[in-house]
Amino acid sequence: MRKLEADVVVIGGGSTGAGVVRDVAMRGFKAVLVDRVDLAQGTSGRFHGLLHSGGRYVVSDPHSATECAEENEILKRIQADAIEPTGGYFVATPTDDPEYGDRFKTGAEATGVPVNEVSIAELLRREPRVNPKATRAFETLDGSVDGWQLVWGAAHSAEQYGAKILTYHRVTKIERQGDTVSAVICTDDKTGETVQIGCSFVLNCAAAWGGQVAAMADCHGVEVVPGAGIMIAMNHRLVNTPVNRLTYPADGDIIVPVHTVSIIGTTDQKAEDPDRLQISYEEVQQMMDCGEQLVPGFRQSRALHAWAGARPLVKDSRVSATDTRHMSRGMSIIDHSERDGLKGLLTIAGGKLTTYRLMAKKVVDAMCEQLGEQRECRTADEVVPGSEKHTFYSVSHRLHDREEDRLSEQILCECELLTKKMFTDLQDEQPLATFDDLRRQLRLGMGPCQGGFCSVRATGVSHDRGKIDIERATGLLRLFLRNRWIGLWPILNGDQVRQTALDDWIFEGTLDIGHLPQPAEEVLR
Amino acid sequence: MTIEHTHEHEQLMRASLDHCVKCTICETQCPVAAVTPLFPGPKFVGPQAERYRHGLSVDHSIDYCSSCGTCTLVCPQGVHIAELNSLARGAMKQQNNMPFRDQIISRTTLMGAVMTPVAPVANWALGVKPIRVIAEKVIGLHRNAPMPTAHTQTLQGWVKRRGASAPAKPGSRGKIIYFHGCAANYFELETGQKTIEVLEHLGYEVIVPKQGCCGLPLQSNGLFDAARKYVRKLVADLRTGGKDIPIVSASTSCGSMLKREAEEILGVADPELADVGGRMVDIMELLLKLHDEGTLPEDFAPMDVTLPYHPPCQLKSHGIGVPATEVLELIPGVKIKESGVACCGMAGTYGIKKEKYDVAMAVGKPLFDMVLETNKELALCDSETCRWQIETATGVRTVHPITIIHKAYGLS
Repeated sequence: MRKLEADVVVIGGGSTGAGVVRDVAMRGFKAVLVDRVDLAQGTSGRFHGLLHSGGRYVVSDPHSATECAEENEILKRIQADAIEPTGGYFVATPTDDPEYGDRFKTGAEATGVPVNEVSIAELLRREPRVNPKATRAFETLDGSVDGWQLVWGAAHSAEQYGAKILTYHRVTKIERQGDTVSAVICTDDKTGETVQIGCSFVLNCAAAWGGQVAAMADCHGVEVVPGAGIMIAMNHRLVNTPVNRLTYPADGDIIVPVHTVSIIGTTDQKAEDPDRLQISYEEVQQMMDCGEQLVPGFRQSRALHAWAGARPLVKDSRVSATDTRHMSRGMSIIDHSERDGLKGLLTIAGGKLTTYRLMAKKVVDAMCEQLGEQRECRTADEVVPGSEKHTFYSVSHRLHDREEDRLSEQILCECELLTKKMFTDLQDEQPLATFDDLRRQLRLGMGPCQGGFCSVRATGVSHDRGKIDIERATGLLRLFLRNRWIGLWPILNGDQVRQTALDDWIFEGTLDIGHLPQPAEEVLR
Repeated sequence: MTIEHTHEHEQLMRASLDHCVKCTICETQCPVAAVTPLFPGPKFVGPQAERYRHGLSVDHSIDYCSSCGTCTLVCPQGVHIAELNSLARGAMKQQNNMPFRDQIISRTTLMGAVMTPVAPVANWALGVKPIRVIAEKVIGLHRNAPMPTAHTQTLQGWVKRRGASAPAKPGSRGKIIYFHGCAANYFELETGQKTIEVLEHLGYEVIVPKQGCCGLPLQSNGLFDAARKYVRKLVADLRTGGKDIPIVSASTSCGSMLKREAEEILGVADPELADVGGRMVDIMELLLKLHDEGTLPEDFAPMDVTLPYHPPCQLKSHGIGVPATEVLELIPGVKIKESGVACCGMAGTYGIKKEKYDVAMAVGKPLFDMVLETNKELALCDSETCRWQIETATGVRTVHPITIIHKAYGLS
């Protein structure tokens, strides 16, 4: 058994956990973050990529609207590399009530969310594919954000302040001594080793899995309802700014340009298990119909991949238990000393990626209060590693970089313009990473061919460099493809069928990967 | 055309990138990518890079595309690769300072009008190495690149002046409008004259309206606005020749501009263009059609000769097959050996640029070898700049196929 000591253990490596461990470390606590898988593999990587301006909530949730507007500004200041400050639009399509625009405007004024009504001609000049029959349009400060980069940035910042980030460390038990938390017991799933982290405080940031984690400390009955939403990525940017429906928040009300794709989202269904989210045929059709409303021709465009994320919605007795869309989007902190008589454990859930820093601040403030310590939060003032130059992300970055190194660097993933060097550099840093782990940070296999060509290259390169043996090579390749295919099945149509057929011929016909020698144990991580 | 039209058109071309399955067939067929790493290849700069384009143009290497159009032709999925590339290059050129050279060489009528009055001087100057070295250093025209030969008169002038030698009676086949293009007007009068004489021999009354440039050189150099102006002016010029009269051309690339490219690349959606484009017929296409109908006089004088023939890239984009081969082989004794290679490297004005010359020569190498192996005296090609390229590279006289037909009819 490996033993570690820390002041605070943060459980959960999503945006909340990463924000919390950064904040805790910056306030001078010795911190360890554990996640059962990789960073931002859950909800924080499974959203539509919107950096909220607050516009979405000016009518339905004014408090959240103001928080979003403030955090939008802060994140642009401290995490420019994860953000594309596109600006955005709220558009009344022909079936939407134009009167809602007045409520929107009034709400925006009251909540301090900057909006500006523009003419339809101006809208179409900026976004030529948007429904030309739109009746009203407002400009906002919405942006686009890469959840993985945001989370990794916060984690690297925490590491600079001495925090340890332990991925693939699955918590099995939260131990107590008397009425106070004393240690977190984990299994390192990469090695099978048991790890004991002695600590005096645990911050449960496991979001949709928060109930399961709290139960490990014998605090039962914490209900975090997974509100499942599906997203579909389309092959290229149908819009270059997030385009929202000018309506009360509803399903399929937004298209966001993220990197090279545009993402439509989302639905909201109560799920039983955040690890088993379904993507139904009906939901896919619903998204395509909604897309068509905003961008005529959407249905003919090529869908690349679908996925589902689980919003961590803390059960609120004021709304019906199945109406997850209207459960609080705000955050909730559960103090287990009050609720369960256990000191040193706080559970945080709810909220949204845009306000991750604020949520972290609030929970760490609550922790300091319980500990009786006065330590100031500085996360809004300090730029995270990678954003020192305050250069925002731009969609043309990689094309620009490849223009520079095209004569010297080999390209590994053509769709995402990823070089072999980018891949091998990260693999050297994270030698135990799966291809999916590398994918989330590098966008390996996330383009039109969905790994059809780059997955075998990545496997060959990794094996050639002696990073993996032949069994792990086969296992990682199959794992990667399986995960790509999970997201392909629900949207297989049109151009993506041709691609998938070609990929299938390559993998089944030429490489026969279904019959490669099996590793004794299936590679899962 | 409205702004909306341009948008719609660009969206349409961009939407075609959705069809790309990364099969790489275009990359294996690209004549430029085959000879230089400077060009990242049609798939890379086309459907791949297009997903990264918004606002600032960052990939200058797209300029190494020669616009031969082979990629679009071979794409089994229907991606408009060459058109996407042309649009992106247009945007790139608009954002960067356009070299003075590209401004000049893309205005063929201007070059012709300036050179014709001083033809002997111009030809002398273009033949003198020190002057060409200076031209290379100052404006970036490669010292060894083929340059057109200026003439003291234009084809238009010849048409006006020949008066008496023109047939007296109206042709039995009715009227036909001849679109000669800039090259035949200023630099290669022979092709224009022979085309007119063959048409008249066949019984056509040939109308040669006053006409300007189609705008293709402007377009391939990324000057889209100017190109649109030129092509619209040309459409109007050709329409002065009369309604519903077929329009014939012996210039494949200019014909293709009216048939296809003005709409597909420049987004010109005028009904007038559609009218002219719909009437366009290539001279060899016309002859083959007459042969198929059984009305082509086939009293050709026999010639015992094997001729290398290069069907240019632009001809392929017409989608009419290779009519010249079939027509020429109607002449007893004539054997045509098609080049079987994609491109001569010239691609309009590409190969005369200092930085592209070596690439263009490498692209054309297999063609030059084939020409020299087949016939050291004479070669055939439908496009004028390709002819100049082959002739300069091999020393083999290279003419339009109509020249052989002209001779076989006993007209020369």
